[in-house]
Amino acid sequence: MTALTLAGSPLWYASRAGGTLALVLLTATVVLGIASGGRAAPRSVGRFEIGLLHRNLSLLTLVFLVVHVITAVLDPFVHLGWAVTVLPFAASYRPLWLGLGTVALDLLLAVLVTSAARRRLGVRRWKAVHWLAYAAWPFALFHGAGTGTDTRLSPQLWLYAGCLAAVMASVWWRLAKAGPGRVVGRLVAALTATAVPLVLGAFLATGPLQPGWSQRAAATAMLLGGGR
Amino acid sequence: MNRTRTLRVDRIACTGEGLCAELLPELIGLDEWGYPIVRDRTVPERLRGHARRAVAACPRLALHTDA
Ligand code: SF4
Repeated sequence: MTALTLAGSPLWYASRAGGTLALVLLTATVVLGIASGGRAAPRSVGRFEIGLLHRNLSLLTLVFLVVHVITAVLDPFVHLGWAVTVLPFAASYRPLWLGLGTVALDLLLAVLVTSAARRRLGVRRWKAVHWLAYAAWPFALFHGAGTGTDTRLSPQLWLYAGCLAAVMASVWWRLAKAGPGRVVGRLVAALTATAVPLVLGAFLATGPLQPGWSQRAAATAMLLGGGR
Repeated sequence: MNRTRTLRVDRIACTGEGLCAELLPELIGLDEWGYPIVRDRTVPERLRGHARRAVAACPRLALHTDA
């Protein structure tokens, strides 16, 4: 355990718990979304139940995200300020890694708003924005791995691995089920699904799992974001 | 508020996902390819909530209720 984990304030723990739960719920939402896109029709549950669960878990994800963000901002240790909740890469604490989380939140908010207005937007525009949710998930995962002060704890690592496995399995299931056509889309999905685990593994091995990550996480920002 | 509501399936948008028939079997059946057959277009008062839910559940936004 790092010193930071031990010294964290209750707010920090709340933020970590909220963030972790949000990641798990987001993972479930993505899996269910892929399942309904792939017309999964399990015998014991109705198709509409998958759709409803997808919607309800996505809303629950946002609830925990709100808890995660508010407690992180209120935590006196990191002095984040409210701007970082929507403006990516502007944080004083681990700007790059925190910024990925902000990007994920912004994407999910776009998905929320367009889903609420989907009747007015029409199916094409709604679905076009809805695809952003796929981008939000890896952003959230890397944000958790890079910012989380407990990434080195093995339960946390197992959790990340579980989330990764769940989404990868559903993506490959979906690709296996897909018919011909949309070749570019399927290629992009396959390449991304191959790349994400590799990049995450390499990143964890060279970054958060090495000693001195907290210093370097702050420094990456200096180089990339000209952190303040 | 008591205008009768009628169901309408946008046949071009509908991809036969069949969710509507799961949620509103009283009014919607499925043909052998899984596409909806609206048995009764007028939505009775007692089924209004169910109709609304079926409309909201359609992933293609192909099911409509017209007032
Ligand atoms: S839920 Fe929508 S897409 Fe599916 S069968 Fe009914 S109207 Fe068609």
